Amino acid sequence: MTHTALTSTADSVALPGGFQGVTADLSSDKQVFPVPWGKAMMWIFLLSDTFIFSCFLISYMNVRISTTVPWPNSSEVFSLPIGGTDVPLILIAIMTFVLITSSGTMALAVNFGYRRDRAKTAALMLITAAFGAMFVGMQAFEWTKLIMEEGVRPWENPMGAPQFGSSFFMITGFHGAHVSAGVIYLCVVAARVLNGFYDRKGSYETVEITGLYWHFVDLVWVFIFAFFYLW
Amino acid sequence: MEKAEGQQHPLSTYLWIWGLLFVLSTFSYLVDYFHVQGYLRWTLIIIFMLLKAGLIVSIFMHMAWERLALKCAILVPPLCLLVLIGLMFIEGDYTFLTRVGAFLR
Repeated sequence: MTHTALTSTADSVALPGGFQGVTADLSSDKQVFPVPWGKAMMWIFLLSDTFIFSCFLISYMNVRISTTVPWPNSSEVFSLPIGGTDVPLILIAIMTFVLITSSGTMALAVNFGYRRDRAKTAALMLITAAFGAMFVGMQAFEWTKLIMEEGVRPWENPMGAPQFGSSFFMITGFHGAHVSAGVIYLCVVAARVLNGFYDRKGSYETVEITGLYWHFVDLVWVFIFAFFYLW
Repeated sequence: MEKAEGQQHPLSTYLWIWGLLFVLSTFSYLVDYFHVQGYLRWTLIIIFMLLKAGLIVSIFMHMAWERLALKCAILVPPLCLLVLIGLMFIEGDYTFLTRVGAFLR
């Protein structure tokens, strides 16, 4: 409860904007960031996660530059036959739309949370979780197809550079783990929204914090989609 | 009303951004679908990627409405990754040339 008092004090004093505001925030005798501590900590966690995923993507860039064997054409590797013709990258495109849809429903859930609409918030969060589960399911399908039918392994594959497999499983595997964890996280928070926990607590900030995590998962996919699948 | 509790913005803001993200995703998929190649492909991919990332961080994650101190604390540190990207680019090139020189002569 201490942080509520601190936040409201910070809010009631008119804070200067711009770089003067940065100086004031960092040097005044008050909490630096006038947001709930959970939100600040989630941001800092996401910052550290940014570095983890960046390390994966940068190592992928490194092995792709340094290999003397041609890199497999992801457009063909991830194509699916629909109506007799191979549509390039179609599963990945659908996965992208599923994740963006879930990001939108999450943004709405945060909005309804702050309007204290318990039913709509919980419903939207559960829809978000369902889209997340759908994404993981499609990823499981993609992995199965690649491992069983195309013979992709972390150390070799029939299409070209062996580093393709290791980069692919590492990057998408880690992202999939994040989505799976997010689905569990969403279900837990949605259950708490439903049983009125945040009404008793007097704040729906946890819904926004969960939203930060979920949007980050979507954000990472934007980069994976661009660099791994489209490049 | 604003700042009453947390981040409260009109629903239309989110719906607009949601729609824009769909459009941008479609564009980046079409880059592959129409087999755009070379520098144009890479430029388009990066433009669409950065636009999507910017919209998600600034609107969906509410970074646009946070104070500058928090923005700086979260958004400035990743810039040092540019150094790592530069180093690993040079390193990868060097490894490639070494491999070509040692194994493919």
